[in-house]
Amino acid sequence: MVNNLAYMTGVIAITALVTWLTRALPFLIFGKRRLPQTIEYLGKVLPSAIMVILVFYCVRNINLTQYPYGMAEIISSIAVILTQMWRKNMYLAIIVGTVCYMILIRTVF
Amino acid sequence: MREFRFAVKQTIAIFFTYLFIGMAFGVLMNEAGYSVFWSVIAALFIYAGSMQIVMVSLLTAGAPVLAVAVMTFFINARHIFYGVGFIDRFRKMGWKYPYMVLTLTDETYSVLCSVDYEVGLDREKTDFFIALIDHCYWMLGCFLGGCMGQFLPWNTAGIEFSATAFFLVVVINQWQQYPSKIPFFTGIISSVIFYCLLGADNFLIPSLSVSLIVLLVLRDRVALRMEGA
Repeated sequence: MVNNLAYMTGVIAITALVTWLTRALPFLIFGKRRLPQTIEYLGKVLPSAIMVILVFYCVRNINLTQYPYGMAEIISSIAVILTQMWRKNMYLAIIVGTVCYMILIRTVF
Repeated sequence: MREFRFAVKQTIAIFFTYLFIGMAFGVLMNEAGYSVFWSVIAALFIYAGSMQIVMVSLLTAGAPVLAVAVMTFFINARHIFYGVGFIDRFRKMGWKYPYMVLTLTDETYSVLCSVDYEVGLDREKTDFFIALIDHCYWMLGCFLGGCMGQFLPWNTAGIEFSATAFFLVVVINQWQQYPSKIPFFTGIISSVIFYCLLGADNFLIPSLSVSLIVLLVLRDRVALRMEGA
């Protein structure tokens, strides 16, 4: 284990700086000007695509070729979708999905 | 303060996600022998879940700082896409502007994308509180994990699904509100294609980039639908 103050500070500082850079980049490029129409358009449509991709990103480590074939994730996701469509209550949907997942990975899979 | 109370309500789902992912990070740091002080410093300044967890293994391995920088860039490159929709919204916010930019995590981004303001709320204040409250949840999680180490009193396996559930709910809400479905299918198809081609570790950035290009190419069709709404 490497545990000296300079190294620790260096690693945390560089991780923070690069993370900040990725977050600030669009603002550094476009922040000072009138927004081009193309960027305004992207700002409206990109979030819908990004959120879908984030869902895939969250469940990326499931193995579809081997038991249990990501069944816990799939069943819990369906539970979230149905609860949200039925009750239109975000908190309920998240709680139902998460509890469903926690039970499934402890008991069935 | 109405804006604060409203922001708390909007971020309840994030409370659970951040508390538990933050605790996972704190526990890892603790097990690796780093004090809770470092967990909180990382939470305050880095504030990026998966990257912090990767950082623990880089720290224990004594990875060179340059390697840490490259790794961080690749893991967090998705954030570059987030700011695009918030440039006009954030730059009006004065002293809060840099804070909003630097705390735009996956979760804060998705809350801000989907928030449905009550009438009469100051939107800038609300956005700021949402960002700040999420950040506090994250620091609290990292702090608790760092203090307790492996002596967590309960088994939290699976709680991380609350993040997936939250993103799913945002997708459903956007699907119901959004006049054109093209962006959704773009996201689904590009995820599936690149997941199959490149695998779990490498599909994210190609999917995001190709979605951006496809949406630019299909601009006329998507924009046409939006005007009809």
